[in-house]
Amino acid sequence: MGEVTFHDVSKRFALRVDGQVHHVQALDRINFTVRDGEIVALIGPSGCGKTTALRVAMGLDASTGGRVTVDGREVHGCGHDRGMVFQHAELLPWLSALQNVMFGLEMKGLRGGELRDTAEKYLALVGLSDSQNRRPHQLSGGMKQRVGIARALAIDPKVLLMDEPFGALDAQTREALQAELLDIHARTGKTIIFVTHDLDEAVLIADRIVVMRGGKVHDIMTVPLPRPRGDLVDVRGTHEFAETRYKVWRDLHEDESVVH
Amino acid sequence: MRKENMMAEIADKNIAAPEVETAERRPLPRWVITTVSVGCLVGFWEIFGRDINPVFGSYPSAIAVAFWELLKAGTLWKALLESLQPFVVGYLLAIVIGIPLGLVIGRFRTAEAALGIYVTAGYAMPLVALVPLLILWLGLGFKVKVSVIFLMALFPICINTWLGVIAVPKTLIEVGKSFVAPNHVILRRIVLPATLPYIMAGVRLAVGRAVVAMVIAEFFTTISGLGAVIINSANNFDTATMFVPIILLMLMAIGLNSLIGYVERKVAPWQAEIAGRERE
Repeated sequence: MGEVTFHDVSKRFALRVDGQVHHVQALDRINFTVRDGEIVALIGPSGCGKTTALRVAMGLDASTGGRVTVDGREVHGCGHDRGMVFQHAELLPWLSALQNVMFGLEMKGLRGGELRDTAEKYLALVGLSDSQNRRPHQLSGGMKQRVGIARALAIDPKVLLMDEPFGALDAQTREALQAELLDIHARTGKTIIFVTHDLDEAVLIADRIVVMRGGKVHDIMTVPLPRPRGDLVDVRGTHEFAETRYKVWRDLHEDESVVH
Repeated sequence: MRKENMMAEIADKNIAAPEVETAERRPLPRWVITTVSVGCLVGFWEIFGRDINPVFGSYPSAIAVAFWELLKAGTLWKALLESLQPFVVGYLLAIVIGIPLGLVIGRFRTAEAALGIYVTAGYAMPLVALVPLLILWLGLGFKVKVSVIFLMALFPICINTWLGVIAVPKTLIEVGKSFVAPNHVILRRIVLPATLPYIMAGVRLAVGRAVVAMVIAEFFTTISGLGAVIINSANNFDTATMFVPIILLMLMAIGLNSLIGYVERKVAPWQAEIAGRERE
């Protein structure tokens, strides 16, 4: 199981600019449920609160109102039931790829042969068995993020939380990793919540897209594409892809035409 | 005309196979440059130093003779050994206490608020002025020497570690948090390795201060060791002999520095691999 629910979640920041304190309402009573095994994309313009929502769900930030539950249990701080994939992988530079995956597992209490075997298994899952002894700076951007995904998956969380996981990668690597993520999802059945600013990515990967604007949930849209998605290149050519992409695009740009 | 040549050259390069480019001049090795630099300095000193009254100055060959005399008499070894004992103890103590102290001050805001101010102030402490007081507390012997060296070496190590902890990227700590690592694990397995380059810089800076502290201690407490050799020969207007321990100490500092560099490459090999050594 891995059902994540946002109940009236709010988050206010105090921001000091030039000696004046501004209050920023990063999240304004957001409500939605991510079902078990579902992939949900959070999309919206920068500053819309999508990353904050993810961080609150992870427990890295505390909400100032409402609560997030995972399978009915309220989130207080981080936990092994959630795995985080960071925007720039954030591998520990002094550890090899394998040791980076082992780090998370050690924190969960694994030791000895089980620790190593599990880490190796998940590195194999992301196709990095041959590079397990390389340090992060000896890995390409795409490989780093694969290690980041393996590290989060290895602890066998109920939910995978990803903060713009492919945003820093070049287009080709990004496409390869998107396909891989879908493949991993098909094999593990994890609930995945990911933040993106890439419309195509949201439509290609997600079952539902949560469009956020100004700290609020603006719209929730179901992607009418079958699962498994198959070859993503072909998916891009489908009518449903184009239509959903256009709908989300319009959602993001609504009112703007009035303003300008 | 010149411009045309250049254009032709550029055009040639574009057409020519890339391996022509690799035939560039190899830069001089660093040790060659250092040797030439030291050689020039010693040479000039030798030439112009001879014209100076031997009470007011000396020159390399005279210092070398004095070095040999001291070595033959056994004075130098005895003095060096005498000096090194409090040096090693005080310096190691500063490392063992300074690093954890810096880590804790950097990581916990309560510790920073409570202790940071003493560390900042302690770095600027006029230690020479406090030596008489330390003598009253600890006597004239080994203990007071160790404490002078310790106090001088502690603060650069502690402050550098502290600054290093502050510079650790927040996201790396969040990695630890996201895997529910307890605070002491985050400190030991994330903050400490991430801070190592800063710590090593502090440990290097402390070498110089510890050497100075050692001589100060030998001047103002029981006159002993290399400090005694300096004072005694200065009192006898034997300037050449006076220079022997001074140069020996500077050589020792250089040696220690490269030893620390070696240790750094051993304990933090990733740092040397990441940090760009590309320099002009």
